Amino acid sequence: MAEPVHAQGAASVPRALVDALRMYGLLVWTWVRAAAQYPVSMVLLSLATAIVTGLDAAAIALLFSRAPRIGGFDASEVLFLYGTSALSFGISDVALGTTERLGFHVREGSLDAILVRPVSPLVQLATEEFSPRRFGKLVPAVLVLAFALTRVDAPWTPGRVAMIPVMVLSGTAIFGGLWVLTAAVQFVLLEFHGAAKSLTYGGAFLSQYPMTVFGRDLVRGVTFVVPLAFVNWQPALYVLDRPDPLGLPDAARFASPLVAAVLCAAAALAWRAGLRHYRSTGS
Amino acid sequence: MGVLPWVWWYGLRRHSSYPLGSLTEAGTNTVFGFMRAYVLIALWEVRPSLGGYAVADAITFCFITQALIGPVQIFGGLDLAERIRNGDVAIDLYRPVGMQGWWLAEDLGRASASLLLRAGPPLIAGSLFFPFRWPGALNLAAFAVAVPLAVAVGFGMRYLVAMGMFWLHDDRGLNAVTLVMSLFFSGMILPLVVFPGALGTVARSLPWAAQIQVPADVFLGRHTGLGLAGALGFQAGWAAVLLGAGALATRAARRKLVVHGG
Repeated sequence: MAEPVHAQGAASVPRALVDALRMYGLLVWTWVRAAAQYPVSMVLLSLATAIVTGLDAAAIALLFSRAPRIGGFDASEVLFLYGTSALSFGISDVALGTTERLGFHVREGSLDAILVRPVSPLVQLATEEFSPRRFGKLVPAVLVLAFALTRVDAPWTPGRVAMIPVMVLSGTAIFGGLWVLTAAVQFVLLEFHGAAKSLTYGGAFLSQYPMTVFGRDLVRGVTFVVPLAFVNWQPALYVLDRPDPLGLPDAARFASPLVAAVLCAAAALAWRAGLRHYRSTGS
Repeated sequence: MGVLPWVWWYGLRRHSSYPLGSLTEAGTNTVFGFMRAYVLIALWEVRPSLGGYAVADAITFCFITQALIGPVQIFGGLDLAERIRNGDVAIDLYRPVGMQGWWLAEDLGRASASLLLRAGPPLIAGSLFFPFRWPGALNLAAFAVAVPLAVAVGFGMRYLVAMGMFWLHDDRGLNAVTLVMSLFFSGMILPLVVFPGALGTVARSLPWAAQIQVPADVFLGRHTGLGLAGALGFQAGWAAVLLGAGALATRAARRKLVVHGG
């Protein structure tokens, strides 16, 4: 019951996907209508969410008020990294961020209630208490990215322009995969939530800055182990026409969609394995 | 007075009952410490001795902020707010000890647990991997005074936000506003010494500075003699102002609250 998609075979996967998305939209709409019962609160909270998310951009602006270049990159280039990272992370957070509560539901026993409903548990978790305030996270990202794109000194070609939406979408998929993957780990390790934040929120913070700032081993780690470098760094090297400090082949700059697909597949497998592994406490 | 040490003790016990969870949080604090340290190193490469900090000072500062996130609860929130919303606060008001004192004792217990479980890993990891400035004996002793004062200031603000529930019936808006202020003006996001001009002066005189920036400066040995007393006095002053405001708010709330059925 929990996994209707699984039972229907490959031919009906697109159909099941459409159903899941329709259900996602329906549940989102339900939660939004609930939140809209308190309109003032809703507006204030969206505004506050936007400001909190924008603090990282303010920090970057403060840094560059004290130094013209950091890690060899100027303000507009770092704001370009911030914009692409924050937009990718923001969209993935809006869509899937609440899946991080999985461990909480396991502990509280409320996952059992989720499992008996005839809707994918992932969709239920992702839409839980969906509030329009979540869209506040996208506001600073969009504003800063738009600003950075007008300022950044890149050798614009059709390919580079086309790379912008590709990198935002790939980055979104990479973060989306990380949300689901770190949620799936909580089926096994209930206390993993605290550490998962260093991958999700930590990844969002890391990808706001050029990798030249960070230690070489850290950069290797986020390139080959947790592929955060493919959220925006590798594509940005292509857009900004910069050399790769790790000296990876040029193909790496275009690998983001592939990396995103692999990570999402791994996340889907982990999620299914986690669901099968789950045993209710039963007391 | 007799019961408050017990409230402190049960707060400590309650908040140390999931040590593994606290340790994973400490792991995340450490990861963020590393990333923020690298960013600060990049800034200090361009601007050595910015704000009077050497690069080791900036790095140490960064790991202190991560160590203090838990104890001063920089992200806000107090369980009292939920109890005001659902009416359980009537029980708190019925107790033969003052409500603010009770919750302060509980919060100091929480902070102690957090200090024990969450402060160590970021500081140790930071000192192993980066140039680090350990304090002398005097500064360490002063730091041991500064941290409880920082917790008291943080509690004072969170208590006032919770008191807002009596009038607003919803603490999320207030929480969100204070979160912005406390992240930015405490030194969490960037050390306040980096803030330029008037912004820096204002930021260093607000109560949020007493939560992170001042204890970190005490740890780094930036204050000596009278300056050290002044720094601790700054914290104690804000704690007194906030707790005084909290006491007034409690009195007003007592008159405001009408419990169902009597």
